[in-house]
Amino acid sequence: MDHLKAINQKARRIQEHVSDLDVIGLESREGPNIPLGCSLVFAPGWEVDSTGGTAGLCQPVERDLFDCHLACFWPAHVPDQLNHAPDWTGKCAAAQKDWRKIDLIFP
Amino acid sequence: MSAGTPTDTQGTTGNGATAADPVFLAQREFHPFEAAGETFLYLVPSAAVFYLDEPSVAVLQALDTGATSEDDLVTALAPRFGEPAVRRSLAELVRVQAIGLTSAPKQTFPRVLPQADFPLTTMVLNVTNKCNLACTYCYEYGEDKIVDTTCDPAPNYMSEETARKSVDFMFEQSGDLPVAHLAFFGGETLLNFKVLEKTVAYARERAVELGKDVDFSLTTNGTLLRDKVIDWLAENRIGVTVSIDGPKEMQDKFRVFKNGMGSYDYALPKIKRLLERHRTRPIGARVTLTRQTLDVPRIFHHLRDEVGFWEVGFAPVTTADGRGYAIQDAGFDRMLGQFEELAQEFLEFAVDDRHHGFSNVKDTIEEIHKGVSKAFPCGAGLGLMGVATDGDVALCHRFAGSDDHSIGSVHTGLDRKRQFEFLGHHHVANKTDCNTCWARPLCAGGCYHEAHVRYGDTGVANLHYCDWIRSWTNTCLEVYGEIAVKNPGYLEQFES
Repeated sequence: MDHLKAINQKARRIQEHVSDLDVIGLESREGPNIPLGCSLVFAPGWEVDSTGGTAGLCQPVERDLFDCHLACFWPAHVPDQLNHAPDWTGKCAAAQKDWRKIDLIFP
Repeated sequence: MSAGTPTDTQGTTGNGATAADPVFLAQREFHPFEAAGETFLYLVPSAAVFYLDEPSVAVLQALDTGATSEDDLVTALAPRFGEPAVRRSLAELVRVQAIGLTSAPKQTFPRVLPQADFPLTTMVLNVTNKCNLACTYCYEYGEDKIVDTTCDPAPNYMSEETARKSVDFMFEQSGDLPVAHLAFFGGETLLNFKVLEKTVAYARERAVELGKDVDFSLTTNGTLLRDKVIDWLAENRIGVTVSIDGPKEMQDKFRVFKNGMGSYDYALPKIKRLLERHRTRPIGARVTLTRQTLDVPRIFHHLRDEVGFWEVGFAPVTTADGRGYAIQDAGFDRMLGQFEELAQEFLEFAVDDRHHGFSNVKDTIEEIHKGVSKAFPCGAGLGLMGVATDGDVALCHRFAGSDDHSIGSVHTGLDRKRQFEFLGHHHVANKTDCNTCWARPLCAGGCYHEAHVRYGDTGVANLHYCDWIRSWTNTCLEVYGEIAVKNPGYLEQFES
């Protein structure tokens, strides 16, 4: 570092740790501020139950749909919220409670 | 958008870096201070201390009025320092988290509890709850006592057996640590001299068997020191702290015998004898400051220069609000001024590599140099525990004997569940008042006992002295910065 000088022991440790990190670059990256990858998020009932169907899921299948729409890059089919169906989740404040209120959209 | 050198682009390529969107930067948590004509930053909560050069100071000043876009900052400051210097300085300030992107997720600091088998470093043994003095302000006997020892079924003197059990408990709880520290406290410790002798001998024996080292310290009012006792203290290399409040008129104000007679004339010759004969460890004085005895420089110079103590530490009396000896708001200001005066003296000594002896400033500077950032104000209930005369284990010596603050017994073991309930409840993250205070890495809300006496709740931050703590911490930071510039070698003694 050229402009800051570590004085105490803690500062020296920080300096060693971050010396070559472009934090502005990293933090200004586009993307969700959540761990990427579903394995990092606890969401039981992903896609199918043990029989291959959706009846025995821990959470309703719509929960998965909602999860994909909000937070994940998983290529699930969700309505086009930008143009065609901006309010399809309008009545669904909490997916686990309100999933029945998600609108069905017909193209 | 990247503000660093070409090597800094690692991790920023791909994934659509948004070159078109402005990046807004804002100040994060820190406390700036000046020393030796330079500007320093004390970062919170990391407790790191950095020196700032001129462009960095200008960047932070530019952000004083609120969030600003990176490009605006560069445009404003480039004429003075040149664009590369401004960008580089921005990047460095972001790296150490002095400033940050407004778009970055809000930082939360997890409430991490220590691991379950956190080792015990210090055990304080209350070898008696009796005292031959009757100091008016005493937290053990005075108006603010927690345990009524006259009605309590616990014995007045710790038995030899309980003391041995305590030693075993200490070694057991010290885990893999090579050294255990045993501190004797009271009451007046020397009233139970026989048990002290036996306990030290036993602890040494056990230490040899276990391949560990054991270190001893003892607090006394000095009135019962005699040659036999002093020689024993010296032979066993026992660190001694003498509770004494200063010159005669100050000492005799509150530190009195039960008949009201002052203890100065009685104790002083014995203390001088101790300082003369006990040369194996430095001996310190511990002063309780009250409204009536508030003259820190005078007390300090009397105890160091005229009596001969190696170091002197001060603490304002622990008291509920409104007691006659309580230091009130104006008194805190006066005390601060006096502390600052002595701190300046300390600084002059430190720059010349000389020992001064004002332990309050030395202890704080050590913590600043290490970069201590506390989750808990002290080691009570964690690395330090107090044992009452009956073997009950308390958070610290100040709570010894209190059933409400017991976390086990040397006879039946530590109550881990209670210990961790206490720690969970007392983490600094729970003290909402502390969450916006820059001094929290060092203070963490202050003494549990003080809070208990003042507010009836160990979990409350000691709000009555926040301003004082911030001012005093700032003074210590200034002294620290000054030493770091003028005699950095002095600070090496604090590196472990």
